[in-house]
Amino acid sequence: MDQKTKAYAGTFLIAAVLAVAPFAVGGAFGNTWVRVLDYAALYIILALGLNIVVGFAGLLDLGYIAFYAVGAYLYALLASPHFGLHWPAWAILPLGACVAGLFGVLLGAPTLRLRGDYLAIVTLGFGEIIRIFMNNLNAPINITNGPKGIARIDAISIAGQPLSKAIEIAGLKIPGVYLYYYLFVVLALGIVFVSIRLQDSRIGRAWVAIREDEIAAKACGIDTRNVKLLAFAMGASFGGVAGGLFAGFQEFVSPESFGLMESVMVLCMVVLGGMGHIPGVILGGLLLTVLPEAFRHGAGPAQQALFGKVLLDPESLRMLLFGIALIAVMLYRPAGLWPDARHRREMAEKKS
Amino acid sequence: MDILLQQIFNGLTLGSIYALVALGYTMVYGIMGLINFAHGEVVMVGALVALSVMKPLAAAGLPGPLVVLVALLVAALVCMALGFTIERVAYRPLRNAPRLAPLITAIGVSIVLQQLAMLIWGRSYHAVPPLLPAESHEVLGAQITELQLIIMLVAALTMAGLILLVNRTKLGRAMRATAENPAIAGLMGVDANRIIALTFIIGSALAALAGVLVSANYGIAHYHMGFILGLKAFTAAVLGGIGNLAGAMVGGVLLGLIEALGAGYIGDLTGGILGSHYQDVFAFFVLIVVLIFRPSGLMGEKVSERA
Repeated sequence: MDQKTKAYAGTFLIAAVLAVAPFAVGGAFGNTWVRVLDYAALYIILALGLNIVVGFAGLLDLGYIAFYAVGAYLYALLASPHFGLHWPAWAILPLGACVAGLFGVLLGAPTLRLRGDYLAIVTLGFGEIIRIFMNNLNAPINITNGPKGIARIDAISIAGQPLSKAIEIAGLKIPGVYLYYYLFVVLALGIVFVSIRLQDSRIGRAWVAIREDEIAAKACGIDTRNVKLLAFAMGASFGGVAGGLFAGFQEFVSPESFGLMESVMVLCMVVLGGMGHIPGVILGGLLLTVLPEAFRHGAGPAQQALFGKVLLDPESLRMLLFGIALIAVMLYRPAGLWPDARHRREMAEKKS
Repeated sequence: MDILLQQIFNGLTLGSIYALVALGYTMVYGIMGLINFAHGEVVMVGALVALSVMKPLAAAGLPGPLVVLVALLVAALVCMALGFTIERVAYRPLRNAPRLAPLITAIGVSIVLQQLAMLIWGRSYHAVPPLLPAESHEVLGAQITELQLIIMLVAALTMAGLILLVNRTKLGRAMRATAENPAIAGLMGVDANRIIALTFIIGSALAALAGVLVSANYGIAHYHMGFILGLKAFTAAVLGGIGNLAGAMVGGVLLGLIEALGAGYIGDLTGGILGSHYQDVFAFFVLIVVLIFRPSGLMGEKVSERA
């Protein structure tokens, strides 16, 4: 087989696996797990967005979830009975990307001069500020409905058909979670495509240059200010899209979903998978969504089977194992589970 | 006037505690350039261990201050052991790894500590017995409790001691040398590994002290208290200029004051639009503004970009 046939065969294989995945997973474990896959696709979009900021441009962002929140709340406000607005999802999602991108620039502009760890704390503070505003903007004018969140958000619909309702095609009943799965996977693939094209573009190489050495990059004629701002804006707009999808899928948003722990979780996906390496980040997103769920469902019954009773609260056992897993993976694979060639080379050089 | 003074007293108390925790962050950062995200959880462990020691001793009828002292000692020992272990297990193997790797292990450590604390002490809030004198006195129309005075005094003495340690002792000189350049410090006969371990141990002892003080101040302790405290203290350390001991103190006290005054006056300043629940916004806003004009913190040195 020549290169081209191989590539086609690979693409076909991936497409086939992605297409049957919900039916296989749903058939074997139930539709709860298809829902987990939906979330996995959402988190992969988020992680790829953060990967642009942290992985490509090397800017440590600990408040990334703020952009997700902006996208989600924009969708919630424009498509729910809260304000009586019912815009179509396809108008809100691009708008969400733009607004989130704007917030990215808003955050990026004043922080351009800050170095690594100072940037981390400022982004963290920014994330908290956004969350606190969402929590408290129910008075004096009720905008976000405060800690209670916004409910009864319109589902995303395609051609008048809301994805939350099952449809029947040739006698085959396809539940809503499956439909969302296909939508999210298609969008995630789109984001993967954009990421790959960005990575190899002039801008992508400028980001890597800044990550490796900002002064040298400047000396080479890269407009570091604009290029960094672009990284913030691009990453943020991915987050905004993911947020809008989240709101439409969940049909409910509240400030609780956008805490610092969520930012940390997405960062873990990026770093654990392999910073700056798109397949690695996808792997990280998938693992960190599916594994905690597996623990959640498996931890109780497994203890029952092993010891005859539930010794530890499954929820804390799940987090405990998660924490240990984070430490273990970093100790044994400091560059991530699936690092790109450049990182692998650097690690090898350091060892020798 | 008395409200202003009252808020200043409250702010100074809070700020002293922030400063103590911030010292732990800044010491580790100064030497290794690493944000020890698990530090807040060490404070939490200190508070809860101390609480477990206090309860039976207080029930036995021992005098309050003695009980607190014994509890502090036990908590400090536990935290020192914990700090040493964390450094050994989660940070030392990653000293030459990519910069973000130790950050992730730090997050892992804090999740583990939090969950272990939850398994040991449960999810509920624990009331801390009022063992320290808490009589309140009137100063210029504002109330100040003896507990608040104790907290400020202890914090101030600890900081003075730490500054002396770093600037006047052989250990301090070795610490500064390691911070400057570990390899060359090693050539001068400084055992960098030992110094870094000691830094973690000292920082953790401070964390235990801070934990005891903060739980005494609020009268409660629970498994989740370390997170937000650590966040605030880290903010304080950055505000002052991370890696700089005096900066951590200034940042801590300043952040405490900003929060207390912000909570008290933000409503008046904004015509009642923003209430006191925006005090955290206020604190982070000040942080961002300070960093825009002084990118390396209030007292941070002008650091040139590493080549």
